[in-house]
Amino acid sequence: MNELITSTANELAEKLSAKEVSSEEVTQAHLDRISEVDEQVHAFLHVNTEEALAVAREVDSIRAAGGDDAAALHPLAGVPIAIKDLIVTVGQPTTAGSRMLEGWMSPYDATVIKKIRAAKLPMLGKTNLDEFAMGSSTEHSAFGPTRNPWDLERIPGGSGGGSAAAVAAFEAPLALGTDTGGSIRQPGAVTGTVGVKPTYGAVSRYGAIAMASSLDQIGPVSRSVLDAALLQELVGGHDPFDSTSLTDSFDTLVSAARNGSVEGLRIGVVKELGGEGFQPGVEARFRDALEMLRGAGAEVVEVSCPNFRYALGAYYLIMPSEVSSNLAKFDGVRYGLRVLPKEGPLTIERVMGATRAAGFGEEAKRRIILGTYALSAGYYDAYYGSAQKVRTLIQRDFDAAFAKADVLISPTAPTTAFRLGEKLDDPLAMYLNDVATIPANLAGVPGLSLPGGLADEDGLPVGIQLLAPAREDARLYKVGAALESLLEAQWGGPLLSKAPVLGAAKTGEVN
Amino acid sequence: MAEITRDDVAHLAQLARIEMSAHELDRMAGELAHIVDAVKSVSEVAAPDVPATSHPIALSNVFREDVVGHVLTPDQALSGAPDADDHRFKVPAILDEE
Repeated sequence: MNELITSTANELAEKLSAKEVSSEEVTQAHLDRISEVDEQVHAFLHVNTEEALAVAREVDSIRAAGGDDAAALHPLAGVPIAIKDLIVTVGQPTTAGSRMLEGWMSPYDATVIKKIRAAKLPMLGKTNLDEFAMGSSTEHSAFGPTRNPWDLERIPGGSGGGSAAAVAAFEAPLALGTDTGGSIRQPGAVTGTVGVKPTYGAVSRYGAIAMASSLDQIGPVSRSVLDAALLQELVGGHDPFDSTSLTDSFDTLVSAARNGSVEGLRIGVVKELGGEGFQPGVEARFRDALEMLRGAGAEVVEVSCPNFRYALGAYYLIMPSEVSSNLAKFDGVRYGLRVLPKEGPLTIERVMGATRAAGFGEEAKRRIILGTYALSAGYYDAYYGSAQKVRTLIQRDFDAAFAKADVLISPTAPTTAFRLGEKLDDPLAMYLNDVATIPANLAGVPGLSLPGGLADEDGLPVGIQLLAPAREDARLYKVGAALESLLEAQWGGPLLSKAPVLGAAKTGEVN
Repeated sequence: MAEITRDDVAHLAQLARIEMSAHELDRMAGELAHIVDAVKSVSEVAAPDVPATSHPIALSNVFREDVVGHVLTPDQALSGAPDADDHRFKVPAILDEE
């Protein structure tokens, strides 16, 4: 495979600044890869060829001219990136994976996109997702599922399966995702890539189409811990356009990732995030990782978070409640689809009913109805009110756990990638994929998933999740980088080098 | 099992402004009952003395200067509208004439 597409973002950045390669060559190599394999993988909903190449050429000419402008280039200038299609972009359609917004062009850029433009990263295109980021498999995309590059008959996780698959299939070195209950980390786990949900408020949500505003967070998707740190530092920081944006500085992430270490750190194994429902091969790789961390000088302790057993329930009350409110704006008036009822009077209410019936898919409807129910008079206290109290209890569990440990660790997802269609008709089975990732969203704490190896029973990637206290994102990168280098030393290279070859030589063994 | 009837779902769908077929209402009633059963355990631990958390990292009084900031032009704001006229969104009848 072309070395330009298998390099990490950091390696590309170094080659670009040393003028060993041009951004146009790097960007073209990725566009070629997309042409070659995306018919199989379907990670992209839109490919942004012309603009990406124009930005690449601009970076190349600035670099060739030298001087102050060249010196002022961001380290990632010229390194291409893919964007989850939940994040609004001028000049490229933003669909949120929904018929409701098919072909919609945003009149403004998200804050993270403004930062990417300012740093001159060529945007390769928009990646597939479950509709409005609701799902764990990308099967709820209105535009067809993305496939897992490790096995094209399996799911790439969700909702950000497109971003994870694009990075895993070497179609992009970097991508942006959004994580409401695990939508960056779980796809990372099942595709053998790295994904980080930053502390709530560490990255501006302005311009991310809201699913559940108190849980949503934009974050990096990559093939290395250092690359994720580089991207989070680029897109993060305070934004006055997002009233939940933190004013804290998060500028030590890259240095943490460059100085990975676990010596003397206390690493807490969350007792409740394992056991029943967790695949044996996932637990085996998880135990291996713990052994490695012990060997590198970490103290592994057990912690208990007894209220985590209520997290899934609280999440599936709070999230749909916020969904039912956030998605009310899709009413066929200001943007997106408008469908007229086939018969009867053309009143706005009936137009809304017909529009929302046609524009939303099954899972979006299910969550809107569930949220409407949870917020109904008579049920509000028992459901939404109780769920908010559980949120407090989960925060207290985290506080107690972080008194005993510097970071927490668990498998990211209970299983490896399942087959397309396997859980599509069973919403509850689908929801269980997020059991280990949801507590971080409820409490606002940061989480990182990195590849932990392959499960013995199916040869598919397993994810290891690290969790740190709110605002301590740097700690994740420090520990994540250390664990990554220990694992890669054992494997003799990145896990993705073991992935099957895609492209021209069709993967005939898949059946 | 939680008691959620087809009529309940029809009412919720009406509140949420989503037209649903008879078949959809039936299926949704069954699924909703299962999901509610799976999540209702939250009330077991929601004691009266536990405060509610609405926001993971509490911030208060987030204000900005009261000056015109980032605005869209009328053309930009209307660029995605299904129907517009004379710099305004055009909507179907708001009142039913019957």
